[in-house]
Amino acid sequence: MKAVISVTGKDGVGIVAKVSVKCAECGANIIDISQTVLDEYFAMIMIADISALNMTFGDFVDHMAVIGKESGLQIHTMHEDIFNSMHKI
Amino acid sequence: MSIVTRNDILETIHMIQHENLDVRTITMGISLYDCVSDDIERLCNNIYDKITSKAENIVKVGEDIAKKYGVPIVNKRVSVTPVALIGGKANSDDYVKIAKTLDRAAKEIGINFIGGYSALVQKGMSRGSEALIQSIPQALTETDFLCSSLNVASTKAGINMDAIYMAGKAIKELAYLTRDKNSIGCAKFVVFANAPEDNPFMAGAFHGMGEPECVINVGVSGPGVVAAAIKRAGNCSLNELANIIKKMAYKITSVGQLVATEASKALDVPFGIVDLSLAPTPAIGDSVARILENMGLERCGTHGTTAALAMLNDAVKKGGVMASSSVGGLSGAFIPVSEDEGMIEAVNVGALHLNKLEAMTAVCSVGLDMIAIPGDTSVETICGIIADEIAIGVVNTKTTAARLIPAYGKNVGDSVDFGGLLGTAPIMPVSPFSCADFIHRGGHVPAPMHSLKN
Repeated sequence: MKAVISVTGKDGVGIVAKVSVKCAECGANIIDISQTVLDEYFAMIMIADISALNMTFGDFVDHMAVIGKESGLQIHTMHEDIFNSMHKI
Repeated sequence: MSIVTRNDILETIHMIQHENLDVRTITMGISLYDCVSDDIERLCNNIYDKITSKAENIVKVGEDIAKKYGVPIVNKRVSVTPVALIGGKANSDDYVKIAKTLDRAAKEIGINFIGGYSALVQKGMSRGSEALIQSIPQALTETDFLCSSLNVASTKAGINMDAIYMAGKAIKELAYLTRDKNSIGCAKFVVFANAPEDNPFMAGAFHGMGEPECVINVGVSGPGVVAAAIKRAGNCSLNELANIIKKMAYKITSVGQLVATEASKALDVPFGIVDLSLAPTPAIGDSVARILENMGLERCGTHGTTAALAMLNDAVKKGGVMASSSVGGLSGAFIPVSEDEGMIEAVNVGALHLNKLEAMTAVCSVGLDMIAIPGDTSVETICGIIADEIAIGVVNTKTTAARLIPAYGKNVGDSVDFGGLLGTAPIMPVSPFSCADFIHRGGHVPAPMHSLKN
């Protein structure tokens, strides 16, 4: 089971670090990161293995959203199945 | 990216955050057959207990799924067996008690609407159905979340004009009884031809006679996604446009199927159908009218609107049907006036009239939906509008419906605001010429020739 974590907002020092630390705390294993900065606008898509989460997926979504709020970023965490359903036949 | 491409991920996120992609409703259908009792109090208790135990977790499950997939699930609803079928010897007062019981159960479990205060009277009226119809104005006035519907016609049975007359009177009375709230009672009552028995959308949802004990039906949405895709496509042919709509409908429906499967598992209730409907809301960017305008119409309602809608409706079905294991309900584009920002504007600028809306209903799902007309419109004229709409459904072997609001004390030039998803309805003019003698004939319009298929 995997989760897709999208992070967008104004660029700053330590965004990847903050998100990664929280993933580690929650037991999510990061397996792919795609990240770019365009005109000071930070955008990242992170894919994490969530089979060993130490909490419910719902709580993980909340934890990531809190990090986003604290850092002025938009963080959305979604289960991979929605992407698989929509984009694979 | 290891699972799907980065562009696919961005597309999905963009659809949800900027194009109003959502799942419109998870609706649990519940059979009330085993609640039947000859004692009205016991019947009400049975109904209350069954709904509050079967659907106890529907709201929480809906919220959990929305969080898991990051996609809003706007409504959680319940539909029940048409109440006229389980009322037994109930009289009109008893039916109002049942209505209040359904409303109380809806409030207890925290759902948005409960549907099924309904009767199936396409061929004739049983005593119970007649009592239920008579109770509708009071029942909908004294409840908050209850929705009611009548099936007054079918291709197989023809049109029950006596039932249409009773419905017209009920609509007029409802408008008066709820006059303090812009006649909002009428927004919770719909008159059908060929009503689907697994429809998850309100106000017409009920749990049909051949349905299982309990079932999960899901209604998708997403007009904003289709409108945006058409805009991005620019100047291409209609063939290419049809393909673009199909692809979007596939993606939208896939989300519905995923949610339906998940909800069915979590609630331990069998999955019924996904309803492939483009359901608009009054929000900007969530309009079916804007899809038609993006296809090349200056305003929804102008010449070409029916053709554009026919193509849209067909492409939505072709794309959607591939994405779901079981498709049902209404499945097509909805064109409710008050619930669609583009439709409201089209009426206000004089581009969209009742006659054009009627033509549009011949090629899309449902019918004359959420249309406000002058408060002094006669019962007979209301019946005439309904009968026209129903005839389109009967002859074309499709579902049609009418949800009309003769807004008390209002006239053309006014508008009525219902708030929330029900939106704002400009009062639309009706013909000043009478159809009273036709309506007063009463009786039954026989089924069309092509109903004899055996």
